[in-house]
Amino acid sequence: MPTQQHVEVDSPLRIGDLELTSRLILGTGGVTNHQVLTDIITASQTQLVTVALRRVSAVDQSILDVVRACNVSVLPNTAGCKTARDAVLTAQLAREALGTSMVKLEVIADDVTLLPDPVELLTAAEKLVSDGFTVLPYTSDDPVLARRLESVGCAAVMPLAAPIGTGLGIRNPHALQMIVESAKVPVIVDAGIGAPSHAAFAMELGCDAVLLATAVTRADRPEQMARAFRDAVLAGRTAALSGMIERRYLARASSPTSGLIEPSAP
Amino acid sequence: MTDRTATNNLTVTLNGVATELPHGAHVSDVVVHALKGVSSSGVAVAVDGVVVPRSSWSATAVAHGSTIELVTATQGG
Repeated sequence: MPTQQHVEVDSPLRIGDLELTSRLILGTGGVTNHQVLTDIITASQTQLVTVALRRVSAVDQSILDVVRACNVSVLPNTAGCKTARDAVLTAQLAREALGTSMVKLEVIADDVTLLPDPVELLTAAEKLVSDGFTVLPYTSDDPVLARRLESVGCAAVMPLAAPIGTGLGIRNPHALQMIVESAKVPVIVDAGIGAPSHAAFAMELGCDAVLLATAVTRADRPEQMARAFRDAVLAGRTAALSGMIERRYLARASSPTSGLIEPSAP
Repeated sequence: MTDRTATNNLTVTLNGVATELPHGAHVSDVVVHALKGVSSSGVAVAVDGVVVPRSSWSATAVAHGSTIELVTATQGG
């Protein structure tokens, strides 16, 4: 992991028209009440939170008021959509409802794995980009798919660490590293983060940001956990920009090897 | 022959539920019906898979048999 020259730790992340100094994007799924939502947004110091779109009768409509009172931007998602067609319509509804052309594009294959459907995802991404959207696709950790998503004009790529809600952490760091090394757009790890160390690892690998929900919202103490993730993301980014040492097979003494006292007989 | 326009309601599928609306209803009427007076801020509407912008709600008549979706933001992601 080579040192990146002349990049400041606090340099902002630019996605579309947004400029974020916080590298932690917070999902709101699993939040138990509005006070907790306010608390975790504040504690995490996030500047961007995701929301889902659902039929009006089935939902609590005031989440937007809570988010806006926290003075953070909203990133609507297309969670639950299984076809490009449904995802495109959901994104268009989100743009109309929330007045943002940013979308976290999610097209899942099934309800068991919640893994992205790559074919539908790419189709939807292409359509939404041509419709003027700033598209942030939730994708698998496949470097080739990430490249294809970038080539159709996505504003970022968001590979999973592990399946949604599992908390398993980065299952394939090698694949993630390949995505980071070839991407010209921001790489945001999205899904599967369970512990702050996972988030720090993602940032150490050179990712630009981390998106997580469950790890905070379903923790016993969400506000405290939000702080832990805030610190972890910052630590990982700081490390990535500080030139981490190369791994070695054998030990290398850090104390002077000369000037030792006379060794005693064995 | 009866005067259908004066007496008959129209039926639409509103958020998955068959719903009777007065003949001549517009999208704006559907929104009021669905929200029961709650503010429509943050709400978007699609009719037969096409988004109807808020600015067109009161000018867009609803056809019998339409599929209408009314959505808003909720926690997720």
